[in-house]
Amino acid sequence: MSTLLLIEQVLNGLQLGVMLFLMAAGLTLIFGVMGLINLAHGSLYMVGAFAAAAVAAATGSFLLALAASLAAAAAAGAVIELGVIRRLYDRDHLDQVLATFALILVFSEGTRWIFGSFPLFLEVPDYLSGPVTLFGGIQYPLYRLVIILAGLGIAAGLFLLIGRTRIGIQIRAGEADREMIAALGIDITRLYTLVFALGAALAGLAGALVGAIQSVQVGMGEPVLILAFVVIVIGGIGSVKGALVGALLVGLTDTLGRSFLPGLFGLIMEPAAATTVGSALASMAIYILMAGVLLFRPRGLFGVA
Amino acid sequence: MRERHINAILLGGLLATALAAWGLDQPFTITLATKVAILALAGVGLNITLGLGGMISLGHAAFFGIGGYAMGILASHAQNYTPLMEAPLLIEGTNSMPVIWLVAIAASALAALVIGALSLRTTGAYFIMVTLAFGQMLYYFAISWPAYGGEDGLSIYVRNGFPGLNTLDPIQFFGLCFVLLCLVLLFVARLGRAPFGLALTAARQVPARVEAVGLSPYRLQLVAFVLSGAITGLAGALFADLNRFVSPAMFSWQTSGEIMVFVILGGVARLCGPVAGAALFILLEHWLGALSEFWHIYLGALLLIVVLFARGGLIGQIAGREAAHD
Repeated sequence: MSTLLLIEQVLNGLQLGVMLFLMAAGLTLIFGVMGLINLAHGSLYMVGAFAAAAVAAATGSFLLALAASLAAAAAAGAVIELGVIRRLYDRDHLDQVLATFALILVFSEGTRWIFGSFPLFLEVPDYLSGPVTLFGGIQYPLYRLVIILAGLGIAAGLFLLIGRTRIGIQIRAGEADREMIAALGIDITRLYTLVFALGAALAGLAGALVGAIQSVQVGMGEPVLILAFVVIVIGGIGSVKGALVGALLVGLTDTLGRSFLPGLFGLIMEPAAATTVGSALASMAIYILMAGVLLFRPRGLFGVA
Repeated sequence: MRERHINAILLGGLLATALAAWGLDQPFTITLATKVAILALAGVGLNITLGLGGMISLGHAAFFGIGGYAMGILASHAQNYTPLMEAPLLIEGTNSMPVIWLVAIAASALAALVIGALSLRTTGAYFIMVTLAFGQMLYYFAISWPAYGGEDGLSIYVRNGFPGLNTLDPIQFFGLCFVLLCLVLLFVARLGRAPFGLALTAARQVPARVEAVGLSPYRLQLVAFVLSGAITGLAGALFADLNRFVSPAMFSWQTSGEIMVFVILGGVARLCGPVAGAALFILLEHWLGALSEFWHIYLGALLLIVVLFARGGLIGQIAGREAAHD
């Protein structure tokens, strides 16, 4: 277990973490402001990835593809907010779960209908592919490094947006007391659509960025959605800071667990058994982390008690 | 129409369908009816948490899958004549249904105790996300644990036996599942009227008052969650026996969602809501599936309509809302 390998895996963990943050930030904002649990957030991730793959195939431009993922996911988000989601704000969580579950079915089968069942591929452009040499002679894929930096940049932008701008003030006020800000003359309906579309755009961008590493296929969104839920449970609902910390924790735990747990068990067990136990435990590591947080802080690390 | 009458029509209809298919020698229809009975049983389990307890569990696939794997593991050891465990005591596989059911119930109840004890520390949206996450954990565990087939699942060549019956005969297996469904429905109906059920309902509506009279809402909800998990686990064992196959798909989040859809399509907190919902689901799967490969789009659209406009599900539409639990 060399230091180089460790640093590489930490970077991989960070990369997973920032992508989870893009998902979790939207989810947690939507929950915080509108009180809505949105299972269809994974579908918006998928929409972003498919839009990017389609545009990249048509134009050959990766930047256009990313723009398309933002636009398509934001548009899809705005459409479902206007058509379905806004009827759910004053319903109980059960209705929200069911309606958004129904949206998953519609989105997944609709995408399968349009694009077919085979996965699409989104190529990393030439100027972002290949390895880059970091401090200490570590070779690391340039694209993954760009993802980490882009994700951190977006996180910073989001904190500025929420902390420093007029829209951000309205969003925070909406979390605190939605009737009061309506009384102060803010068009709350438009604010809700805006927040939903913003969350959708972040999810779509994450889908496109990850789509270039993995394949773009129907059903790619839901595993990420569930990971984002784990992130939110760890970080605390409604807290963007919690989402960032939770996402990095989950990303690092998952990546480091997968790469090092089998080896660690190898120190005390036979190799074959160690691989089995280690990889099975690694696949459950983040849920065990979540259970631990639940034991000590049921409202999450940054949740209001 | 009274809910009691609808229940009788539903169960009678299911029995009549199977018997008619038997008379007309259409084993496929009997299998569909068996599937309805088993999936309804899983829904009846979930309905205890969802309807009586008001806890929105999106992780019941965990118990459905554990029940399925209880059957798969015991039967595969019996099939290969290898013991499950030799030290400290010898445990052999079995292909006797009653034993498998007991193991499935015990294992899923134990899992529900652990998952419930952790998840019930939270409420509302947290509870939904946490149960969903624990379900996903077992899904990944089933995939990564190679001993019992891993991602490929486990096939059982011969359906397990029940003393005095030939379970390979579709109508006899249907009868077994139907009787179990009716017994569990009877139990749940009594549970709802028993002191425990009333306290649980109260814990859903006004937890503070339940605490004020000296009862613990947490404990009531945990017991309900365990009962619910055990029933869904039993359904999982039957479902695995119906297909003679278990795979990690039984643990997937889609399974959790579908079990919830049975409950909602039929009507939350209605005794036979899951029976109506499962029957409707299987019929839709059968008809729409024949019409279009992409029948889930129509299912999604129908579900949206039910949630947005036809609250109370199928039974709620027929019986009217005032007869529901709250």
